[in-house]
Amino acid sequence: MAEGYIELSNVKKSFGPKHVLNGVTLSVPKGHSLVVIGGSGTGKSVMLKCVLGLLQPDSGSIRIAGEEVVGLKGKARDAYLSRFGMLFQGAALFDSLAVWENVAFGLIQGRHMARAKARDIAFEKLGQVGLTPEVGNLYPAELSGGMQKRVGLARAIAADPEIIFFDEPTTGLDPIMADVINNLIVDCVKRLGATTVSITHDMASARKIADDIAMIFKGEIIWQGPARTIDQSGNPYVDQFIHGRAEGPIQMDVLKP
Amino acid sequence: MNIFAHIGRATLALLAEVGRVALFLKDALLQGLTPKIFVRQILEQMMRIGYFSLPVVGLTAFFTGGALALQIYLGSSRFNAESLVASIVALGITRELGPVLAGLMVAGRVGASIAAELGTMRVTEQIDALVTLATNPFKYLVGPRIIAAVVTLPILVGIADVIGIMGGYIVGTRSIGLNGYAYIRNTADFLEFDDVTSGLIKAAVFGFIIAVMGCYHGFNSKGGAQGVGRATTNAVVSSAILILAANFALTSLLFAE
Repeated sequence: MAEGYIELSNVKKSFGPKHVLNGVTLSVPKGHSLVVIGGSGTGKSVMLKCVLGLLQPDSGSIRIAGEEVVGLKGKARDAYLSRFGMLFQGAALFDSLAVWENVAFGLIQGRHMARAKARDIAFEKLGQVGLTPEVGNLYPAELSGGMQKRVGLARAIAADPEIIFFDEPTTGLDPIMADVINNLIVDCVKRLGATTVSITHDMASARKIADDIAMIFKGEIIWQGPARTIDQSGNPYVDQFIHGRAEGPIQMDVLKP
Repeated sequence: MNIFAHIGRATLALLAEVGRVALFLKDALLQGLTPKIFVRQILEQMMRIGYFSLPVVGLTAFFTGGALALQIYLGSSRFNAESLVASIVALGITRELGPVLAGLMVAGRVGASIAAELGTMRVTEQIDALVTLATNPFKYLVGPRIIAAVVTLPILVGIADVIGIMGGYIVGTRSIGLNGYAYIRNTADFLEFDDVTSGLIKAAVFGFIIAVMGCYHGFNSKGGAQGVGRATTNAVVSSAILILAANFALTSLLFAE
Protein backbone atom coordinates (compact mmCIF):
# COMPACT_ATOMS: atom_id res chain seq x y z
CA MET A 1 0.00 0.00 0.00
CA ALA A 2 1.21 3.51 -0.77
CA GLU A 3 2.52 5.61 2.11
CA GLY A 4 -0.48 7.33 3.75
CA TYR A 5 -0.58 10.87 5.05
CA ILE A 6 -1.42 9.54 8.50
CA GLU A 7 0.31 6.24 9.17
CA LEU A 8 -0.02 4.20 12.37
CA SER A 9 1.96 1.03 12.65
CA ASN A 10 1.67 -1.48 15.43
CA VAL A 11 0.66 1.08 18.05
CA LYS A 12 0.21 -0.46 21.49
CA LYS A 13 -1.10 1.06 24.68
CA SER A 14 -1.95 -0.53 28.00
CA PHE A 15 -3.30 0.89 31.23
CA GLY A 16 -1.88 -1.36 33.91
CA PRO A 17 -2.99 -4.92 33.11
CA LYS A 18 -5.63 -3.71 30.61
CA HIS A 19 -4.42 -3.83 27.00
CA VAL A 20 -6.43 -1.21 25.13
CA LEU A 21 -4.53 -1.06 21.85
CA ASN A 22 -2.96 -4.34 20.73
CA GLY A 23 -1.03 -3.15 17.72
CA VAL A 24 -3.14 -0.79 15.62
CA THR A 25 -2.01 -0.40 12.02
CA LEU A 26 -3.83 2.15 9.94
CA SER A 27 -3.19 4.30 6.91
CA VAL A 28 -5.07 7.37 5.68
CA PRO A 29 -4.18 8.88 2.26
CA LYS A 30 -3.99 12.67 1.97
CA GLY A 31 -7.39 14.33 1.57
CA HIS A 32 -9.29 11.19 2.52
CA SER A 33 -11.90 10.83 5.19
CA LEU A 34 -11.49 7.72 7.30
CA VAL A 35 -14.19 6.67 9.74
CA VAL A 36 -13.24 4.22 12.46
CA ILE A 37 -16.22 2.28 13.76
CA GLY A 38 -16.35 0.06 16.78
CA GLY A 39 -18.26 -0.52 19.98
CA SER A 40 -17.76 1.23 23.29
CA GLY A 41 -14.51 0.45 25.04
CA THR A 42 -12.72 -0.95 21.99
CA GLY A 43 -9.97 1.66 22.04
CA LYS A 44 -11.25 4.25 19.54
CA SER A 45 -10.74 7.27 21.76
CA VAL A 46 -7.40 6.05 23.06
CA MET A 47 -6.18 5.69 19.48
CA LEU A 48 -7.08 9.31 18.67
CA LYS A 49 -5.47 10.54 21.87
CA CYS A 50 -2.26 8.70 20.97
CA VAL A 51 -2.13 10.43 17.58
CA LEU A 52 -2.70 13.80 19.24
CA GLY A 53 -0.02 13.10 21.82
CA LEU A 54 -2.47 13.41 24.72
CA LEU A 55 -1.44 9.85 25.55
CA GLN A 56 1.97 8.30 24.98
CA PRO A 57 1.79 4.93 23.19
CA ASP A 58 3.80 2.12 24.80
CA SER A 59 5.27 1.08 21.47
CA GLY A 60 4.76 1.47 17.73
CA SER A 61 5.11 4.40 15.41
CA ILE A 62 2.81 7.20 14.30
CA ARG A 63 3.87 9.15 11.23
CA ILE A 64 2.23 12.26 9.84
CA ALA A 65 3.36 13.16 6.31
CA GLY A 66 6.29 10.80 6.78
CA GLU A 67 7.41 12.38 10.03
CA GLU A 68 7.58 10.42 13.27
CA VAL A 69 5.51 12.20 15.92
CA VAL A 70 5.63 9.90 18.96
CA GLY A 71 7.55 11.60 21.74
CA LEU A 72 7.60 15.11 20.27
CA LYS A 73 8.13 17.80 22.91
CA GLY A 74 8.00 21.55 23.37
CA LYS A 75 8.01 23.76 20.27
CA ALA A 76 8.08 20.85 17.83
CA ARG A 77 4.94 19.49 19.49
CA ASP A 78 3.17 22.87 19.37
CA ALA A 79 4.01 23.17 15.69
CA TYR A 80 2.71 19.66 15.11
CA LEU A 81 -0.50 20.30 17.01
CA SER A 82 -1.18 23.53 15.14
CA ARG A 83 -1.78 21.41 12.02
CA PHE A 84 -4.68 19.66 13.77
CA GLY A 85 -8.26 20.47 14.54
CA MET A 86 -10.32 18.35 16.85
CA LEU A 87 -14.03 18.15 17.57
CA PHE A 88 -14.56 16.57 20.97
CA GLN A 89 -17.41 14.29 21.88
CA GLY A 90 -18.90 16.71 24.39
CA ALA A 91 -17.71 19.71 22.33
CA ALA A 92 -15.37 20.62 25.26
CA LEU A 93 -16.00 24.33 24.85
CA PHE A 94 -14.32 26.60 27.41
CA ASP A 95 -17.28 27.70 29.50
CA SER A 96 -15.50 30.75 30.89
CA LEU A 97 -15.19 32.26 27.41
CA ALA A 98 -17.80 33.61 25.00
CA VAL A 99 -18.58 31.52 21.92
CA TRP A 100 -16.53 33.67 19.55
CA GLU A 101 -13.55 33.60 21.94
CA ASN A 102 -13.78 29.81 21.92
CA VAL A 103 -13.64 29.74 18.15
CA ALA A 104 -10.81 32.29 18.05
CA PHE A 105 -8.84 30.65 20.87
CA GLY A 106 -6.39 28.71 18.71
CA LEU A 107 -5.80 31.75 16.52
CA ILE A 108 -5.12 34.14 19.40
CA GLN A 109 -3.18 31.85 21.76
CA GLY A 110 -1.67 29.35 19.36
CA ARG A 111 -0.96 31.61 16.38
CA HIS A 112 -0.64 34.98 18.15
CA MET A 113 -3.14 36.68 15.87
CA ALA A 114 -4.51 40.10 16.85
CA ARG A 115 -7.83 39.81 18.69
CA ALA A 116 -9.80 41.95 16.25
CA LYS A 117 -8.69 39.92 13.25
CA ALA A 118 -9.27 36.60 15.04
CA ARG A 119 -12.74 37.84 15.97
CA ASP A 120 -13.62 38.46 12.33
CA ILE A 121 -12.45 34.98 11.38
CA ALA A 122 -14.38 33.47 14.29
CA PHE A 123 -17.63 35.08 13.11
CA GLU A 124 -16.95 33.95 9.55
CA LYS A 125 -16.45 30.34 10.75
CA LEU A 126 -19.60 30.54 12.87
CA GLY A 127 -21.43 31.57 9.70
CA GLN A 128 -20.02 28.54 7.89
CA VAL A 129 -21.55 26.21 10.48
CA GLY A 130 -24.88 28.02 10.18
CA LEU A 131 -24.83 30.10 13.35
CA THR A 132 -25.90 33.74 13.46
CA PRO A 133 -23.53 36.45 14.73
CA GLU A 134 -25.66 36.90 17.87
CA VAL A 135 -24.64 33.41 18.99
CA GLY A 136 -21.01 34.54 18.99
CA ASN A 137 -21.58 36.72 22.03
CA LEU A 138 -23.38 34.07 24.09
CA TYR A 139 -21.68 31.68 26.48
CA PRO A 140 -21.47 27.90 25.81
CA ALA A 141 -23.81 27.09 28.73
CA GLU A 142 -26.57 29.06 26.99
CA LEU A 143 -26.49 26.85 23.88
CA SER A 144 -28.25 23.57 23.06
CA GLY A 145 -26.23 20.41 22.49
CA GLY A 146 -26.47 20.69 18.71
CA MET A 147 -25.35 24.32 18.76
CA GLN A 148 -22.43 23.44 21.03
CA LYS A 149 -21.36 20.76 18.56
CA ARG A 150 -21.49 23.33 15.74
CA VAL A 151 -19.41 25.78 17.76
CA GLY A 152 -16.97 22.94 18.44
CA LEU A 153 -16.81 22.31 14.71
CA ALA A 154 -16.21 26.00 14.03
CA ARG A 155 -13.39 25.95 16.57
CA ALA A 156 -11.88 22.83 15.01
CA ILE A 157 -11.78 24.41 11.54
CA ALA A 158 -10.89 27.96 12.68
CA ALA A 159 -7.18 27.66 12.01
CA ASP A 160 -7.68 25.91 8.63
CA PRO A 161 -6.04 22.69 9.81
CA GLU A 162 -4.61 20.04 7.48
CA ILE A 163 -5.95 17.22 9.65
CA ILE A 164 -9.21 17.13 11.57
CA PHE A 165 -10.35 14.55 14.11
CA PHE A 166 -13.98 14.02 14.98
CA ASP A 167 -14.74 12.14 18.19
CA GLU A 168 -18.30 10.83 17.97
CA PRO A 169 -19.61 13.94 16.19
CA THR A 170 -23.27 12.89 16.24
CA THR A 171 -23.57 11.15 19.61
CA GLY A 172 -26.37 12.55 21.74
CA LEU A 173 -28.06 14.49 18.95
CA ASP A 174 -31.45 13.90 17.39
CA PRO A 175 -31.34 12.29 13.92
CA ILE A 176 -32.06 15.54 12.07
CA MET A 177 -29.41 17.55 13.93
CA ALA A 178 -27.04 14.60 13.46
CA ASP A 179 -27.55 14.85 9.71
CA VAL A 180 -27.03 18.62 9.81
CA ILE A 181 -23.70 18.03 11.56
CA ASN A 182 -22.77 15.33 9.03
CA ASN A 183 -23.47 17.74 6.15
CA LEU A 184 -21.42 20.46 7.81
CA ILE A 185 -18.53 18.07 8.30
CA VAL A 186 -18.62 17.03 4.65
CA ASP A 187 -18.84 20.68 3.54
CA CYS A 188 -16.08 21.94 5.80
CA VAL A 189 -13.73 19.12 4.92
CA LYS A 190 -14.29 19.61 1.21
CA ARG A 191 -13.66 23.35 1.52
CA LEU A 192 -10.41 22.86 3.43
CA GLY A 193 -9.25 19.77 1.56
CA ALA A 194 -8.34 18.34 4.95
CA THR A 195 -7.50 14.77 5.85
CA THR A 196 -9.89 13.54 8.53
CA VAL A 197 -10.26 10.69 10.95
CA SER A 198 -13.60 10.26 12.71
CA ILE A 199 -14.60 7.76 15.32
CA THR A 200 -18.23 6.86 15.70
CA HIS A 201 -20.65 4.04 16.28
CA ASP A 202 -23.38 5.79 14.31
CA MET A 203 -23.54 3.95 10.97
CA ALA A 204 -25.67 6.61 9.27
CA SER A 205 -23.00 9.15 10.08
CA ALA A 206 -20.20 6.82 8.99
CA ARG A 207 -21.82 6.20 5.57
CA LYS A 208 -22.31 9.89 5.03
CA ILE A 209 -18.87 11.24 5.87
CA ALA A 210 -16.52 8.34 5.08
CA ASP A 211 -14.35 7.67 2.03
CA ASP A 212 -12.92 4.68 3.86
CA ILE A 213 -14.13 2.77 6.88
CA ALA A 214 -12.06 0.79 9.35
CA MET A 215 -13.42 -1.31 12.15
CA ILE A 216 -11.63 -1.60 15.48
CA PHE A 217 -12.27 -4.50 17.81
CA LYS A 218 -10.38 -5.38 20.99
CA GLY A 219 -7.63 -2.88 20.20
CA GLU A 220 -6.95 -4.05 16.64
CA ILE A 221 -8.12 -2.98 13.20
CA ILE A 222 -10.00 -6.02 11.92
CA TRP A 223 -11.22 -4.59 8.62
CA GLN A 224 -10.49 -1.59 6.43
CA GLY A 225 -11.90 -0.75 3.03
CA PRO A 226 -13.77 1.81 0.91
CA ALA A 227 -17.05 2.95 2.46
CA ARG A 228 -19.20 1.67 -0.40
CA THR A 229 -17.92 -1.88 0.09
CA ILE A 230 -18.85 -2.10 3.76
CA ASP A 231 -22.00 -4.09 3.01
CA GLN A 232 -19.96 -6.71 1.14
CA SER A 233 -17.11 -6.87 3.63
CA GLY A 234 -17.51 -10.62 4.13
CA ASN A 235 -16.40 -10.02 7.71
CA PRO A 236 -18.87 -11.40 10.28
CA TYR A 237 -17.75 -8.84 12.90
CA VAL A 238 -18.39 -5.93 10.54
CA ASP A 239 -21.72 -7.42 9.46
CA GLN A 240 -22.87 -7.79 13.03
CA PHE A 241 -21.86 -4.22 13.85
CA ILE A 242 -23.40 -2.44 10.88
CA HIS A 243 -26.67 -4.29 11.30
CA GLY A 244 -26.64 -3.79 15.04
CA ARG A 245 -27.35 -7.38 16.03
CA ALA A 246 -26.91 -8.67 19.56
CA GLU A 247 -26.14 -12.17 18.20
CA GLY A 248 -22.88 -12.79 16.41
CA PRO A 249 -19.15 -13.21 16.93
CA ILE A 250 -18.94 -10.04 19.09
CA GLN A 251 -20.17 -11.01 22.54
CA MET A 252 -21.10 -8.30 24.98
CA ASP A 253 -20.31 -9.03 28.60
CA VAL A 254 -23.92 -8.92 29.70
CA LEU A 255 -25.28 -11.30 32.28
CA LYS A 256 -28.48 -12.96 31.12
CA PRO A 257 -31.19 -12.97 33.81
CA MET B 1 -6.22 -9.75 57.12
CA ASN B 2 -2.51 -9.25 57.71
CA ILE B 3 -1.84 -5.98 59.50
CA PHE B 4 1.55 -5.59 57.85
CA ALA B 5 -0.06 -5.82 54.43
CA HIS B 6 -2.32 -2.92 55.41
CA ILE B 7 0.54 -0.79 56.67
CA GLY B 8 2.62 -1.62 53.61
CA ARG B 9 -0.18 -0.78 51.19
CA ALA B 10 -0.90 2.53 52.92
CA THR B 11 2.80 3.43 52.92
CA LEU B 12 3.17 2.61 49.22
CA ALA B 13 0.05 4.59 48.35
CA LEU B 14 1.37 7.60 50.27
CA LEU B 15 4.78 7.42 48.60
CA ALA B 16 3.19 7.06 45.16
CA GLU B 17 1.07 10.16 45.83
CA VAL B 18 4.13 12.13 46.99
CA GLY B 19 5.90 11.08 43.80
CA ARG B 20 2.98 12.18 41.63
CA VAL B 21 2.83 15.55 43.37
CA ALA B 22 6.59 15.96 42.87
CA LEU B 23 6.27 15.23 39.15
CA PHE B 24 3.36 17.66 38.87
CA LEU B 25 5.39 20.28 40.72
CA LYS B 26 8.25 19.82 38.26
CA ASP B 27 5.91 20.45 35.31
CA ALA B 28 4.24 23.34 37.12
CA LEU B 29 7.58 25.06 37.73
CA LEU B 30 9.37 24.24 34.47
CA GLN B 31 6.41 24.69 32.13
CA GLY B 32 3.95 26.81 34.11
CA LEU B 33 6.30 29.51 35.32
CA THR B 34 8.38 29.97 32.16
CA PRO B 35 7.38 32.08 29.14
CA LYS B 36 4.98 32.43 27.57
CA ILE B 37 3.22 34.30 30.38
CA PHE B 38 -0.54 34.83 30.11
CA VAL B 39 -0.92 38.29 31.68
CA ARG B 40 -4.68 38.42 31.21
CA GLN B 41 -5.08 35.10 33.05
CA ILE B 42 -2.82 36.24 35.90
CA LEU B 43 -4.84 39.42 36.42
CA GLU B 44 -8.12 37.51 36.34
CA GLN B 45 -6.84 35.01 38.89
CA MET B 46 -5.52 37.81 41.13
CA MET B 47 -9.04 39.22 41.20
CA ARG B 48 -10.56 35.85 42.03
CA ILE B 49 -7.95 34.63 44.51
CA GLY B 50 -7.02 37.91 46.16
CA TYR B 51 -9.71 40.54 45.83
CA PHE B 52 -12.74 38.30 46.33
CA SER B 53 -11.15 36.70 49.40
CA LEU B 54 -10.93 40.06 51.17
CA PRO B 55 -14.30 39.89 53.00
CA VAL B 56 -13.69 36.38 54.36
CA VAL B 57 -10.12 37.08 55.42
CA GLY B 58 -10.99 40.50 56.85
CA LEU B 59 -13.85 39.17 58.99
CA THR B 60 -11.72 36.26 60.21
CA ALA B 61 -8.92 38.63 61.22
CA PHE B 62 -11.27 41.09 62.92
CA PHE B 63 -12.98 38.54 65.16
CA THR B 64 -9.73 36.71 65.91
CA GLY B 65 -8.04 39.95 66.96
CA GLY B 66 -11.00 40.76 69.22
CA ALA B 67 -11.11 37.31 70.83
CA LEU B 68 -7.36 37.34 71.27
CA ALA B 69 -7.49 40.69 73.11
CA LEU B 70 -10.22 39.39 75.39
CA GLN B 71 -8.37 36.17 76.20
CA ILE B 72 -5.06 37.87 76.87
CA TYR B 73 -6.77 40.43 79.08
CA LEU B 74 -8.52 37.70 81.11
CA GLY B 75 -5.27 35.79 81.47
CA SER B 76 -2.93 38.69 82.16
CA SER B 77 -5.22 40.44 84.65
CA ARG B 78 -4.52 37.56 87.05
CA PHE B 79 -1.06 39.03 87.58
CA ASN B 80 -1.77 42.66 86.77
CA ALA B 81 -0.17 42.65 83.36
CA GLU B 82 -3.02 44.20 81.35
CA SER B 83 -0.57 46.44 79.48
CA LEU B 84 0.61 43.34 77.58
CA VAL B 85 -2.67 43.02 75.67
CA ALA B 86 -1.72 45.33 72.81
CA SER B 87 1.73 43.89 72.21
CA ILE B 88 0.68 40.23 72.38
CA VAL B 89 -2.25 40.81 70.04
CA ALA B 90 0.08 42.48 67.54
CA LEU B 91 2.66 39.69 67.78
CA GLY B 92 0.11 36.89 67.67
CA ILE B 93 -1.68 38.32 64.65
CA THR B 94 1.33 39.26 62.53
CA ARG B 95 3.47 36.21 63.26
CA GLU B 96 0.98 33.37 63.50
CA LEU B 97 -2.74 33.91 63.35
CA GLY B 98 -2.85 36.34 60.43
CA PRO B 99 -1.01 34.14 57.93
CA VAL B 100 -2.32 30.79 59.20
CA LEU B 101 -5.98 31.74 59.44
CA ALA B 102 -5.91 33.66 56.16
CA GLY B 103 -4.14 30.67 54.56
CA LEU B 104 -6.75 28.23 55.86
CA MET B 105 -9.67 30.43 54.83
CA VAL B 106 -8.24 30.92 51.34
CA ALA B 107 -7.49 27.18 51.12
CA GLY B 108 -11.17 26.53 51.76
CA ARG B 109 -12.41 29.20 49.37
CA VAL B 110 -9.88 29.27 46.58
CA GLY B 111 -8.31 25.80 46.78
CA ALA B 112 -11.76 24.26 46.45
CA SER B 113 -12.76 26.45 43.54
CA ILE B 114 -9.51 25.84 41.64
CA ALA B 115 -9.85 22.07 42.09
CA ALA B 116 -13.52 22.11 41.08
CA GLU B 117 -12.94 24.30 38.04
CA LEU B 118 -9.91 22.42 36.71
CA GLY B 119 -11.50 19.10 37.64
CA THR B 120 -14.58 19.92 35.57
CA MET B 121 -12.34 21.07 32.73
CA ARG B 122 -10.52 17.75 32.93
CA VAL B 123 -13.60 15.50 32.89
CA THR B 124 -15.28 17.51 30.10
CA GLU B 125 -12.08 17.27 28.01
CA GLN B 126 -11.52 21.04 28.06
CA ILE B 127 -7.90 20.50 29.14
CA ASP B 128 -7.37 18.12 26.20
CA ALA B 129 -9.01 20.74 23.97
CA LEU B 130 -6.45 23.32 25.16
CA VAL B 131 -3.64 21.00 24.09
CA THR B 132 -5.17 20.49 20.64
CA LEU B 133 -5.34 24.29 20.27
CA ALA B 134 -1.56 24.37 20.78
CA THR B 135 -1.83 25.88 24.25
CA ASN B 136 0.09 24.32 27.12
CA PRO B 137 -2.38 23.87 30.02
CA PHE B 138 0.43 24.29 32.54
CA LYS B 139 1.17 27.73 31.14
CA TYR B 140 -2.46 28.73 30.62
CA LEU B 141 -4.08 27.28 33.76
CA VAL B 142 -1.50 26.33 36.41
CA GLY B 143 1.11 29.08 36.08
CA PRO B 144 -1.28 32.04 36.39
CA ARG B 145 -2.95 30.53 39.47
CA ILE B 146 0.38 29.94 41.22
CA ILE B 147 1.65 33.43 40.41
CA ALA B 148 -1.62 35.06 41.46
CA ALA B 149 -1.77 33.15 44.76
CA VAL B 150 1.88 33.80 45.67
CA VAL B 151 1.49 37.52 44.95
CA THR B 152 -1.92 38.16 46.50
CA LEU B 153 -1.69 36.10 49.70
CA PRO B 154 0.95 38.36 51.30
CA ILE B 155 -1.17 41.40 50.40
CA LEU B 156 -4.22 39.72 51.94
CA VAL B 157 -2.26 38.89 55.08
CA GLY B 158 -0.92 42.46 55.31
CA ILE B 159 -4.51 43.70 55.28
CA ALA B 160 -5.52 40.96 57.75
CA ASP B 161 -2.75 42.11 60.10
CA VAL B 162 -4.12 45.65 60.14
CA ILE B 163 -7.73 44.52 60.58
CA GLY B 164 -6.78 41.98 63.28
CA ILE B 165 -4.93 44.60 65.32
CA MET B 166 -7.86 46.92 64.81
CA GLY B 167 -10.19 44.20 66.16
CA GLY B 168 -7.98 43.93 69.23
CA TYR B 169 -7.99 47.71 69.61
CA ILE B 170 -11.77 47.97 69.44
CA VAL B 171 -12.32 45.20 71.99
CA GLY B 172 -9.47 46.50 74.15
CA THR B 173 -10.74 50.07 74.31
CA ARG B 174 -14.52 49.58 74.12
CA SER B 175 -15.13 46.44 76.12
CA ILE B 176 -12.08 46.05 78.37
CA GLY B 177 -11.55 49.75 78.96
CA LEU B 178 -7.90 50.09 78.04
CA ASN B 179 -6.59 53.52 77.08
CA GLY B 180 -6.71 53.92 73.30
CA TYR B 181 -3.60 56.09 73.07
CA ALA B 182 -1.58 53.66 75.20
CA TYR B 183 -2.84 50.72 73.16
CA ILE B 184 -1.56 52.18 69.91
CA ARG B 185 1.69 53.29 71.55
CA ASN B 186 2.27 49.76 72.90
CA THR B 187 1.57 48.21 69.54
CA ALA B 188 3.82 50.59 67.61
CA ASP B 189 6.69 50.40 70.10
CA PHE B 190 6.67 46.67 70.45
CA LEU B 191 6.07 45.49 66.91
CA GLU B 192 9.19 44.95 64.81
CA PHE B 193 9.66 44.88 61.09
CA ASP B 194 10.65 41.19 61.17
CA ASP B 195 7.40 40.21 62.88
CA VAL B 196 5.45 41.45 59.90
CA THR B 197 7.78 40.23 57.15
CA SER B 198 7.97 36.72 58.63
CA GLY B 199 4.18 36.56 58.38
CA LEU B 200 4.23 37.78 54.79
CA ILE B 201 6.86 35.20 53.81
CA LYS B 202 4.67 32.52 55.33
CA ALA B 203 1.71 33.87 53.37
CA ALA B 204 3.57 33.58 50.06
CA VAL B 205 4.46 29.95 50.83
CA PHE B 206 0.86 29.19 51.81
CA GLY B 207 -0.36 30.75 48.57
CA PHE B 208 1.97 28.49 46.62
CA ILE B 209 0.69 25.43 48.50
CA ILE B 210 -2.96 26.33 47.92
CA ALA B 211 -2.54 26.91 44.18
CA VAL B 212 -0.39 23.81 43.58
CA MET B 213 -2.66 21.46 45.54
CA GLY B 214 -5.80 22.89 43.92
CA CYS B 215 -4.32 22.50 40.44
CA TYR B 216 -2.86 19.06 41.15
CA HIS B 217 -6.11 17.57 42.41
CA GLY B 218 -8.13 19.28 39.69
CA PHE B 219 -5.82 18.07 36.92
CA ASN B 220 -5.92 14.49 38.18
CA SER B 221 -9.62 14.20 38.86
CA LYS B 222 -11.47 11.55 36.92
CA GLY B 223 -14.84 9.93 36.80
CA GLY B 224 -17.40 12.71 36.47
CA ALA B 225 -19.16 14.64 39.23
CA GLN B 226 -18.07 12.31 42.02
CA GLY B 227 -14.44 12.53 40.95
CA VAL B 228 -14.58 16.32 40.89
CA GLY B 229 -16.14 16.29 44.37
CA ARG B 230 -13.37 14.07 45.66
CA ALA B 231 -10.72 16.27 44.05
CA THR B 232 -12.21 19.33 45.76
CA THR B 233 -12.19 17.70 49.18
CA ASN B 234 -8.65 16.39 48.73
CA ALA B 235 -7.42 19.80 47.59
CA VAL B 236 -8.78 21.55 50.69
CA VAL B 237 -7.70 18.88 53.17
CA SER B 238 -4.21 18.44 51.76
CA SER B 239 -3.51 22.16 51.47
CA ALA B 240 -4.80 22.79 55.02
CA ILE B 241 -2.54 20.11 56.46
CA LEU B 242 0.44 21.25 54.38
CA ILE B 243 -0.15 24.86 55.48
CA LEU B 244 -0.07 23.87 59.16
CA ALA B 245 3.02 21.70 58.67
CA ALA B 246 4.78 24.40 56.64
CA ASN B 247 3.86 26.96 59.27
CA PHE B 248 5.61 24.93 61.93
CA ALA B 249 8.67 24.42 59.72
CA LEU B 250 8.82 28.10 58.77
CA THR B 251 8.39 29.28 62.35
CA SER B 252 11.33 27.18 63.51
CA LEU B 253 13.34 28.37 60.51
CA LEU B 254 12.52 32.09 60.61
CA PHE B 255 12.84 32.50 64.35
CA ALA B 256 15.84 30.26 64.89
CA GLU B 257 18.17 32.21 67.10
